[in-house]
Amino acid sequence: MNSTLQSLYFLAIRECLTAFRNRHEALSPLIFFSLVCVLFPLGVGASADLLRTIAPGIIWVAALLAILMSLGTLFRHEYEQGTLELMVLSEHPLIVLVVIKLVAYWLITALPLIVVAPFMAYGLGLTADAQGVLLLTLLLGTPVLILVGAIASTLTLVIPQNGMLLALLVLPLYVPVLIFATSAVNTVMMGGSAAGALYILAALCVLSVTLSPLAIVAALKIGVSQ
Amino acid sequence: MMKWLHIMASSAWFYRFSGQAIPWLMSAFIVLLLIGLYGGLVTAPADYQQGDAFRIIYIHVPAAWMSLFIYCVMAMYAVIALVWRIKLAEVLLISSAPIGAAFTFLALVTGSLWGKPMWGTWWSWDARLTSELLLLFLYWGVMGLYAAIEDKRTASKAVSVLTLVGVVNIPIIHYSVSWWNTLHQGPSITMTDKPTMPMEMLMPLLVMAVAFKIFYGLSLLIRARAELVEREPQSRWLKAVIEENNDE
Amino acid sequence: MSEFIYMGGYSFYIWSSYSLALIILVLNILGPSLKHKKSVQQASDIHLLNGMKSDES
Repeated sequence: MNSTLQSLYFLAIRECLTAFRNRHEALSPLIFFSLVCVLFPLGVGASADLLRTIAPGIIWVAALLAILMSLGTLFRHEYEQGTLELMVLSEHPLIVLVVIKLVAYWLITALPLIVVAPFMAYGLGLTADAQGVLLLTLLLGTPVLILVGAIASTLTLVIPQNGMLLALLVLPLYVPVLIFATSAVNTVMMGGSAAGALYILAALCVLSVTLSPLAIVAALKIGVSQ
Repeated sequence: MMKWLHIMASSAWFYRFSGQAIPWLMSAFIVLLLIGLYGGLVTAPADYQQGDAFRIIYIHVPAAWMSLFIYCVMAMYAVIALVWRIKLAEVLLISSAPIGAAFTFLALVTGSLWGKPMWGTWWSWDARLTSELLLLFLYWGVMGLYAAIEDKRTASKAVSVLTLVGVVNIPIIHYSVSWWNTLHQGPSITMTDKPTMPMEMLMPLLVMAVAFKIFYGLSLLIRARAELVEREPQSRWLKAVIEENNDE
Repeated sequence: MSEFIYMGGYSFYIWSSYSLALIILVLNILGPSLKHKKSVQQASDIHLLNGMKSDES
């Protein structure tokens, strides 16, 4: 058990170091997210009411697309360099390795989005309580996006140009998250309570946290046995 | 029981069985289809509010039921394929996907054709329509993933995992009509309550539903035979079949 | 009879739906049947070639 904890620690450190060394690649989701949030007001005109109405949708779609774009490369480097087989065959339980990798991925990809989101929300005119709910939805929703997207990403690992197929596969599962998240913020903006939608988001989060790693492990074993 | 299951899972047995079953299924389907069409287009009285336009229900609703039913069946095949590694389950799984996609597409298009005269719009982004559209994407995703992976056994395993992951969408579609107030009308046929439709209107609907189910079986068997032949061109049972054909 | 086709003014919608259904049903039987015939043909060609190969050797 001790050596497993050590390997997890090293794996997490390695992920962060790799991200740091490929800063431009690791930052592209953040840049994409910011670009979308900045370009939209310029594109639809600066009417404050209009922007405030569509702000939750813009921020969430931007975050969703940013995550989706970078998911294709989740295990790509390991797969191409052969370290993926080492991971699958190692003495440590694969599911734990997968979880650590995903946690690191969330820290590197989603956390910057969540940190920057309030600024974008302010720029789009969201009120303070709506911003709070928005942050909460992002905290609950981005793990779901990453976990579910990771399943599709590992299923399509063996396919060289998997971008379009990946998007097609995750879309049916992303849409409920998007709808509930934006519904939560919209309800608060109209004066109601976001509790219902937030509870459902939390349920989706728990569901994906518990079940996705199993599917990812299955998909990794399929991909490696090629 | 296990011996029986093993026999059923063998390609040779399945190929022979399906060859014999197909004519029966075809006749049953045609008969039921004609009865259903006659009932839906001729016998059923025009609706009080919607006039004759409601007759689209006899295509739209059975197609929508099939789109959900086939996906659930695919999920069952996926479990069998992953847990017991039975090749026939893999074949049935991938053979069902295009049929499910066809029914989903049919449900969506007839839904639009019904929606335009009745509710004034070809499309709306409400829960049921959107989730049915997503179901179509799921079917396409399954077909696309299978086609993109070269090795058929790996492809089958990947597709089985994908099918099971997408099963979450089914309860969402089914219950979305109750959970949200939407443009789509509420459920009028449930398993427990008395239906709110009169019998002359309900009967053709049930007949069409059964007809479509038989059609699914028919198309599935034909597709599965083709897939089996593609997968195992050099197998002994196929050689026997070819020799039988040559002798005729 | 013409009243039947007219369907109370909704003829376009009803008949498009029913014809689309018919087309989809027919395609889902014809398509796979043709594909099956082609696969069996290919398999029997392979069988034939294998038979010829083993005759030679």
